[in-house]
Amino acid sequence: MYAQMIKTARSGVKSREEMSEQEREFQDKVDNNIKIEPQDWMPDDYRATLIRQMGQHAHSEVVGQLPEGNWITRAPTLERKAILLAKVQDEAGHGLYLYSAAETLGETRDELVNLLHEGKMKYSSIFNYPTLNWADIGAVGWLVDGAAIVNQVALQRTSYGPYSRAMIRICKEESFHARQGYDAIRVLAQGSPEQKKMAQDALNRLWFPALMMFGPSDSESVHSEQSMAWKIKVKSNDELRQQFVDQTIPQIEYLGLDLPDPNIKWNEERGHYDFSEPNWPEFFDVIKGNGPCNVDRMEKRVAAWEDGTWVRDGLLAHARKKAAQKIAAE
Amino acid sequence: MKNEWPLWEVFIRGQHGLNHRHVGSLHAPDAEMAIKNARDVYTRRNEGVSIWVVEARHIAASAPGDKGPLFDPSESKIYRHPTFYDIPEEVGHM
Amino acid sequence: MAEVDQKALFEFLLRMGDNTLVLGHRVSEWCGHSPILEEDIALANTALDLIGQTQLWLGLAGEVEGKGRSADDLAFLRDVWDFRNVLLTELPNGDFGRTLLRQFLFDAWASIMLGRLQKSSDPRIAAIAEKASKEVAYHVERSADTVVGLGDGTQESHDRMQAALEYLWPYVGEMFQSDDVDAAMVAAGIAPDPAGLRAEYDALIGAVLDEATLTLPKGDFAHKGGRTGYMHTEHLGHMLCHMQWLQRAYPGCDW
Repeated sequence: MYAQMIKTARSGVKSREEMSEQEREFQDKVDNNIKIEPQDWMPDDYRATLIRQMGQHAHSEVVGQLPEGNWITRAPTLERKAILLAKVQDEAGHGLYLYSAAETLGETRDELVNLLHEGKMKYSSIFNYPTLNWADIGAVGWLVDGAAIVNQVALQRTSYGPYSRAMIRICKEESFHARQGYDAIRVLAQGSPEQKKMAQDALNRLWFPALMMFGPSDSESVHSEQSMAWKIKVKSNDELRQQFVDQTIPQIEYLGLDLPDPNIKWNEERGHYDFSEPNWPEFFDVIKGNGPCNVDRMEKRVAAWEDGTWVRDGLLAHARKKAAQKIAAE
Repeated sequence: MKNEWPLWEVFIRGQHGLNHRHVGSLHAPDAEMAIKNARDVYTRRNEGVSIWVVEARHIAASAPGDKGPLFDPSESKIYRHPTFYDIPEEVGHM
Repeated sequence: MAEVDQKALFEFLLRMGDNTLVLGHRVSEWCGHSPILEEDIALANTALDLIGQTQLWLGLAGEVEGKGRSADDLAFLRDVWDFRNVLLTELPNGDFGRTLLRQFLFDAWASIMLGRLQKSSDPRIAAIAEKASKEVAYHVERSADTVVGLGDGTQESHDRMQAALEYLWPYVGEMFQSDDVDAAMVAAGIAPDPAGLRAEYDALIGAVLDEATLTLPKGDFAHKGGRTGYMHTEHLGHMLCHMQWLQRAYPGCDW
């Protein structure tokens, strides 16, 4: 979700007969919910897929700082400023936890960051949309983090130990994000006509991008089957999307805002809400780099990294000098 | 020379006087900064009263392949566990 | 306490609160743009502490003023001429080194000042100072470490830090200027005379800058006008355009 369209490194799931003994043992562990740990044997494709997924997830957290960070200096009260800053800081923390999880597989953070900056790895499509008014900050926390939680709660059960543990820690912190977002947009929805307009505008603009976060329908996704078998992915994209819609519609109604999609309707027979599909061609455009903010986001991340080189190098050089002096003194 | 900051594993003792527990890892140029970074990264929600850091490359770990010989033999020593023994009810809590 | 001029006390509290407000805002500008995640997270913690201190100082200021203004009213609805922060805090961030050096130069002053304020005759001020002191003790340790690391790092990091020091040094003196407001605070036992903190400050920063292999610029010229509100830099107005935009554009709303 923060990891979309992850290419599973092979096509098709092997049958038990096709598996080597090692592969069978590995699959048995996964099937029995025994976590895979860094030093355990694992199929190369499992490792490669995980690195891609955790890396993309980590990149999303870090790039995700930008759209919300866009409003830190304009937050309307000291308390909102502190809440937003703490929230965006958490995203940096989540990125850090996820990079750490990826590093257990032997890919360093710097290597992953370089791949992002060279355009060889991606981050979630959602962060290529702009935050245009203050209500977007509420909507991002409520809808975007809300959607992320739906996915991440499921991922706590993922088969790879370090990923699962990172998810558990992240989920604990994440519910603060959704709640602060809903709280912020609720005040606006119940505020002045202009504030209500902000809230409605944010909901209308961010609804479909939020639905896109779960990725295209699984029937069109060639990678899902293997990832499900490996429990790198735990629920299907469509299942998660439906779960998100079902939990969010009553929250919109509580706010007294208009539904962002005229086709939203309770379906008694299915026991779920019906809703319109997002504009998938738009989604693929964004993924390809043509979203409203792709270029800007990458420019900012690359600048932060490059402008920071002298700082990282300087502090490391000092640490090395100190270590050398210590050895010389001994 | 490669200029990535070394990786450190972080262990934190929580509020309740329990053992230091592994909470995650981070990068830092040296041990002092690793402790400070751990404070900023891993105790934002009042999680700790004490921090240990150790550079990841200094950790020695048991090999996954040795799991059987290392840990299975203790499985059969059920007499080490208090539940192995029946104590008559009249004796009371023990 | 009754004999303290409440106007002077209000003025003093604005100076404390505006320093943390403006510096906290500047530091928060780094969020998402720092050289490495660990620094990003650490800087955000510093900014959060400063914003928290602002709520306490400006909250008390509003109380002392007695016109029903909240900390938010003071932060978001005053114009440049009413701000009482020292110029140092409103200077643009520049590169990471300049930001951290500015932080250190401020933290060193704040750690000494807050130490004294813990013994203030006004228990409300002593209580804020006690809470803030713990935070600032960590800030100054961290910013000092970074200044040393970068000053005594590579040639490039050294040169950048030396340049930052040349730029910032003329703004240090303002923290130690005294006027009638300070005299009133001293007389009431509320706060120390800023000028009296200078020797301790010079010793503190001298040791750190020395370890950082940085050279103090010659000359003791000091820009002033921030803490009296007489003449701020041009930078403050731009900051307020961001900070106050929503409150100004949509007055009277709850947020």
